[in-house]
Amino acid sequence: MSEPLFLFDLLLALAVVAIAAAALLVRDAFAMIVLFVVFGLLSALAWVRLAAPDVALAEAAIGTGLTGALLLKTLHHLRARGMAGWEPGAAAPRPVPRAVASLNAGLTLAVVAGLGVAILGSPLRVTGLEIAVAEAMPLSGVDNPVTAVLLNFRAYDTLMEVVVLLAAIIVVWQVERGADAAPAPSLGPIWQGFARLTLPAAAIVGVYLLWAGAEAPGGAFQGGAMLAAIGLMLLLTGLYRPHPDHRATARLLFVLGTVAFAAVALLVAGAGRASFEYPQGHAKTLILLIEGLVTISIAVTLTALFHGREPAALKGELRHDP
Amino acid sequence: MISMVAMVLIGAGALFFLAGTIGLLRFPDLHCQLHALTKADGLGLTLIGLGAALLAGSVGDIARIALICAFAALSGATCGHLIARHARRGDAEGRDV
Repeated sequence: MSEPLFLFDLLLALAVVAIAAAALLVRDAFAMIVLFVVFGLLSALAWVRLAAPDVALAEAAIGTGLTGALLLKTLHHLRARGMAGWEPGAAAPRPVPRAVASLNAGLTLAVVAGLGVAILGSPLRVTGLEIAVAEAMPLSGVDNPVTAVLLNFRAYDTLMEVVVLLAAIIVVWQVERGADAAPAPSLGPIWQGFARLTLPAAAIVGVYLLWAGAEAPGGAFQGGAMLAAIGLMLLLTGLYRPHPDHRATARLLFVLGTVAFAAVALLVAGAGRASFEYPQGHAKTLILLIEGLVTISIAVTLTALFHGREPAALKGELRHDP
Repeated sequence: MISMVAMVLIGAGALFFLAGTIGLLRFPDLHCQLHALTKADGLGLTLIGLGAALLAGSVGDIARIALICAFAALSGATCGHLIARHARRGDAEGRDV
């Protein structure tokens, strides 16, 4: 308890819980999103305090930055269609049926109880798989244990995460097509200048995060999120406008990461090796290849998710949806 | 000696953040609040960055701190501008209706 940062950690933990509660209790959707973003930033700080900089980077870049942007975009979309729910001055929405509320409460309680049992039942002060990972590090081809686990020892899990993103964009393109009902607002000359200054910097940071993942915190998801930020800025500045003709390229880029990942996994199999068992001496090359292509796919998919619709020219479509 | 100077700089930076927060809570309208926040936070972060740079071990760390301060200042100013712009547009639309 003599740790000098103990008070800081205590305040941080209290603030995270308080802001999570505030985000749930506040009525205004915009305030809710802002609180969610603050919650994510404080969680990232908490991950740093827990000595998990990889998770902190992912939380800050994807969990906070991009998810916040997606939520704001969704709110913009809903407001344009007058479906944003409760607005200042509007009539109160219909109350949630009591049965639904009780069901939600019951399920949440069950999850909390399950987590509690898992935490209380787990043995104290064990090293987990740290020793096994440290012993296998020379075989992994990289120097960062997190990357070794994600791209080598447990690569199957990471492949599934990439597939989840692919599934998300497929569903979004099925649900929404055509021109945007709520075109992005013009943000003015100062924003354009800001984007011009920060775009190259964001590109460098994104590629650096990907490259650094081999020996330091970073990796495909963090780098991809940074590059997706460039995509968001390109969309918001109007420098890039999605066009129906671009769909083939976009589809190719969506599946690029998944296909490359799965192809490498299958092609290295055989000759006595299982899938994902990279041949000795080629592990680093293969991991970099996978990470590079997955980064491109993540960046393009997240940007497309932000755009939120397939840019298809529908028959007889006007500029505005009904 | 250097660490004393760094402490004073970081403390002064924290004071500016405090002043900015008080401004956010106490000032009557959005433009005044933005005025308090953007000025105080920009200066506060620069002071804290200076203090941290004095304590930094290597040139690379100092360069990183300088970059962080520069981009935070850039994005802080741009965000302040965008919020004020949005608020003014919103007001104008409100009057028109």
